[in-house]
Amino acid sequence: MSDTEEGALGKRPVQIGLSLLAAFALIVIFAVSFNFMRNDEAPKFVIAVVALVVGVGGIWALFLTLDNLVSQLPTRARDRLRPYIFVTPAFLILLIYIIYPTVRTTWVSFFDYSRGSGDPTNFGLQNYIAIFRDPRLLIAIRNNIMWIVFVPLVSVSVGLVIAVLVDRVKWEKFAKSLIFLPMAISFVGAAVIWRFIYYRALYGQQIGLLNAIVVGLGGDAVGWLRLEPWNNFFLIIIMIWLQTGFAMVILSSAVKGVPSSLLEAARIDGAGEFRVFFQIIIPFVSSTILTVTTTIVILVLKIFDIVFVMTSGQFNTDVIANMMYNQMFRAGQYGRGAALAVVLFIAVIPVMIRNIRNMNEA
Amino acid sequence: MRKVILVFVSLLMVLPFAFAGGQGETGDGQMADVDYTDNPYTDGADLSGMTVNILGAFVDEDANRFNASMVPFEQATGIDVVYEGSGDFETLITVRAEGGSPPDVAAFPQPGLAADLVQGGYVYDMGEWLGMDYLGEKYNQTWLDLADLGGIQAGVWYRASVKSLVWYNMGVFQDEGYEIPETWAEMLALSDQMVADGYTPWSIGIESSGATGWVATDWIEDVMLRIHPPEVYDRWVTNDLKFNSPEFKEALAYMAQIWFNEDYVLGGREGIVLTPFGDAITPLIIDPPAAILHRQASFIPSFMPDGGDEIGEVVDFFYLPPIDESLGRPVLGAGDLLGAMQDRPEVRAMMRYLSSGLSTKAWLEAGGFVSPHADTPLDWYPTETDRKIAEILQDATTFRFDASDLMPGAVGAGSFWTGMTDLVNDPDADLNDVLDGIDNSWP
Repeated sequence: MSDTEEGALGKRPVQIGLSLLAAFALIVIFAVSFNFMRNDEAPKFVIAVVALVVGVGGIWALFLTLDNLVSQLPTRARDRLRPYIFVTPAFLILLIYIIYPTVRTTWVSFFDYSRGSGDPTNFGLQNYIAIFRDPRLLIAIRNNIMWIVFVPLVSVSVGLVIAVLVDRVKWEKFAKSLIFLPMAISFVGAAVIWRFIYYRALYGQQIGLLNAIVVGLGGDAVGWLRLEPWNNFFLIIIMIWLQTGFAMVILSSAVKGVPSSLLEAARIDGAGEFRVFFQIIIPFVSSTILTVTTTIVILVLKIFDIVFVMTSGQFNTDVIANMMYNQMFRAGQYGRGAALAVVLFIAVIPVMIRNIRNMNEA
Repeated sequence: MRKVILVFVSLLMVLPFAFAGGQGETGDGQMADVDYTDNPYTDGADLSGMTVNILGAFVDEDANRFNASMVPFEQATGIDVVYEGSGDFETLITVRAEGGSPPDVAAFPQPGLAADLVQGGYVYDMGEWLGMDYLGEKYNQTWLDLADLGGIQAGVWYRASVKSLVWYNMGVFQDEGYEIPETWAEMLALSDQMVADGYTPWSIGIESSGATGWVATDWIEDVMLRIHPPEVYDRWVTNDLKFNSPEFKEALAYMAQIWFNEDYVLGGREGIVLTPFGDAITPLIIDPPAAILHRQASFIPSFMPDGGDEIGEVVDFFYLPPIDESLGRPVLGAGDLLGAMQDRPEVRAMMRYLSSGLSTKAWLEAGGFVSPHADTPLDWYPTETDRKIAEILQDATTFRFDASDLMPGAVGAGSFWTGMTDLVNDPDADLNDVLDGIDNSWP
């Protein structure tokens, strides 16, 4: 150990100097380009180029420079420091974009704070009392529970059944792509498509798909989005349509991992297809099922886009995230919006923990 | 495969430039020897080459017309006006103001929002910049009172909209010999007549995504002005008079005469809550019409299938008639308030220009626009229709601003909208519960 260090001793001051110089140069480059990007006068094209070059190249340069700096240290310190050097930028970004907003939102939720009111004042539980007194919140919680129960339940079970069935047909790829296709559509896009399906014309021909069918069969046109309490299910179906493909793809690869010898042995022992499905395939892929389910549950807890576009929470279809948006940005009641965000946050935590644990086990 | 990915990734990286490039070219090629000091806006200074950024809620055709209206200013001063329109203005302006990068000028569609930002100290006082005497020449006192938010003149009025209008299908009126109603009672009698003749009189639509319900609030405000003196309306705007009060319930009862009469309204309650407000004019325009009457503000022509060319051919309008004639001819209106959020000489010049009728001329001549400026001559209006709307505004014995725009956001852009929607949507809704709910949401 000491041999190599002593051998390198002559070069070290130069290297250290160079590393420090590089680090200094990097800081200057960051500062200058940041200032430049804030400057409105430069053409947007140039700003975009600088942002890309400094953003992407800068991260590389940052890691290389830091690594170079650490390399100049004695071996023991170097080995101890190096992991932190690599983790720190990621952690800083996490701190700024996730941890700070979380703390700040929680803090704000205990104050009177609204658009243009200046700083938060009057610490207390008033926001929580106000939102829980609002009968709309109870309806929103009820709707959120409906979403959490039905979306994962239906999309995971349908996805699993399709994954198993499609495994045996010739046109597997085609069938799977067809079911996976909706995944590529954004929530807002999907909602717009389904608005046409549920559309009810007041005069002339029914151009909405569902009402055209109903009228074609001799019935009367229905305002689907207003049909309580079924309208919640009409929105939930959209999410199922979007998520079944995701569940299917993940479960399909898990199903393919079931050893064929195991399946064969079961069949030789006289197990029917149902028994093979329930007692061999499902237990074998259960951890995947759990991961897919929790992922979908987290997604559904945050459901906002579909409700916002389809009904904006009218007709008792509101959900917590949409209420939060309305409080924050329509009404400008930051304190109440933050309180709703905290309620949502607390609801997500247990599922989140379960999901992370699950990932660590796998 | 790797090649494909490589090409794809580089495409993704190049794509932003393609879009960014389009926005890059802003400055026009300017003549070197133009005198930019001789104009009424810049106090004799040459500010050419400077830029003023305006953020507003005008988009699409409205944005083009607004840009066209800025040309005289750009030519006179050499200042470049860059307008950015967004359908999400309410969110954007707050985020930018509180984030420390407000635009130079913001075009507020609602004074309530402007009032919030005034309270936060983000808006400059036009009384101080331009002087009250000057503003008094450019606007009548009603408009100046309306711009007085938090003790300052929070901006200059740019576009007025007149809300007390009923649009009707001209063909049916002609064929059946219907007369324009002069009172509320006559209007109800006319509606009955239409039902008897086999028509559906009214088309009403209040769907407006997150803002669903505002059409209903406009109606109730118009009724409030027609059954109570304006002082009652003013007390109601400040919640001195509650929603759960006999006065407000009386107004609801008048509205219900039309809204909750299933024979009167196309699609009944369901039609009202599911029809987007911009589509509710269409039933009057199709042939044969599916409905005959539609109450909506002066901006509705831009939602017509042919962008308003139908006016005078297929549809026309009349003033929403009075209920209590001793109250005269009240008019409900709204307007866009342009507030300054940065203090630079070119922004001051901009505000001076925007406070003059000339700044609206190009838009006015394109039609469907009412100017609140006192120095806008009536003969600038391109059509009889536009002039008639401007005259309704001038003849108003009482002018009141849209109440929901004046109430705090939690009510005016929240519980008032949702409360009205609940009342329309659910025939079994408990009136007292809903009204108490609105009163309780008052911050």
